Amino acid sequence: MQWELNSERPVYLQLIEQIQAGIISGYFKPGDKLPSVRDLAADAAVNPNTMQRAFTELERTGLVYTNRTSGRFITSDEKLIKELKEQSAINEIKEFLNKMKQLGLDTEEIIEVIRNLAKELG
Amino acid sequence: MNTLLECKSLYKSFSGFTALSNIDLSLQKGQIIGLLGPNGSGKSTLLKLINGLLVPDTGSITMGGFNPGIETKKMISYLPERTYLADWMKVSDIVCFFKDFYDNFDSAKAYDMLKSLHIEPNRRLKTLSKGTKEKVQLILVMSRKADLYCLDEPIGGVDPASRDYILNTIIKNYSENASVLISTHLIADIEMILDDVIFLKDGSIFLHSSVDDLRMKEQKSIDTLFREVFKC
Repeated sequence: MQWELNSERPVYLQLIEQIQAGIISGYFKPGDKLPSVRDLAADAAVNPNTMQRAFTELERTGLVYTNRTSGRFITSDEKLIKELKEQSAINEIKEFLNKMKQLGLDTEEIIEVIRNLAKELG
Repeated sequence: MNTLLECKSLYKSFSGFTALSNIDLSLQKGQIIGLLGPNGSGKSTLLKLINGLLVPDTGSITMGGFNPGIETKKMISYLPERTYLADWMKVSDIVCFFKDFYDNFDSAKAYDMLKSLHIEPNRRLKTLSKGTKEKVQLILVMSRKADLYCLDEPIGGVDPASRDYILNTIIKNYSENASVLISTHLIADIEMILDDVIFLKDGSIFLHSSVDDLRMKEQKSIDTLFREVFKC
């Protein structure tokens, strides 16, 4: 997995976001077994405790679960993944809307621009 | 959490100059801790006290019930700020030397790392560049199975590619029972692998916090924060 981390924000939050993005994009498939925390930490060049903290959080939300004998897995609950996808879309759109507001566009204008652009791009 | 090492009210001065004052510090097991501070802030002095090379004027250091001495030296693997190896020796001689010296030294691990960093074991130390010598010394220190690794400026003279390898070695070497205490000025290079950070300022602890909590609170990287705190 291609990790893109910066040191400006808490690293465990960035790890959570990127693992979630991996689940949404299908890099991690429902029911997939995950590599060990140690291997993932080495891969991302972060501290294993930080990776563990990210997984503790992901387990709390149910996206990832641990089977005591066989390891850690991505949830098979497709509804949960769909919700995650929607939530991510909402977050992205919120950010986009904020930027457009800064440019001085109101909601109607934004929708108009999107509609035109979508037509253009077919 | 499990305490690995504890410093209580440490005070150390050198002929009237106070190097460290009122240091209360407790290190937990299974953590990578950055010891940061400007030149002369007391980083090396603290590491020397922990390793029994200096004795505090007042206060105490304990690890596993022992004060710095023979017992703690078995548990701590220390990379001093200066190299102390005899430079007529071959790299392989020094590996044997460490093997004789420390029960917990793993020669196979040392050779494995030497190979990864393309260091020829037959070379004499004096024929190696400054950076390569530093790598050899770090390899020796990291090849011990210790409870605490004290690394004083471990990557200063090392090229960026090897730096990545060394940091990766530290991550892979990580165990729930061992901790790593690293003093360095190369904050941007190491801050992603830290659990905790300690800022030393004029011989006192300015802050001791989890790096992610600090990033959350300050909304900036540890490197940026350091530059602000210690702005000249």
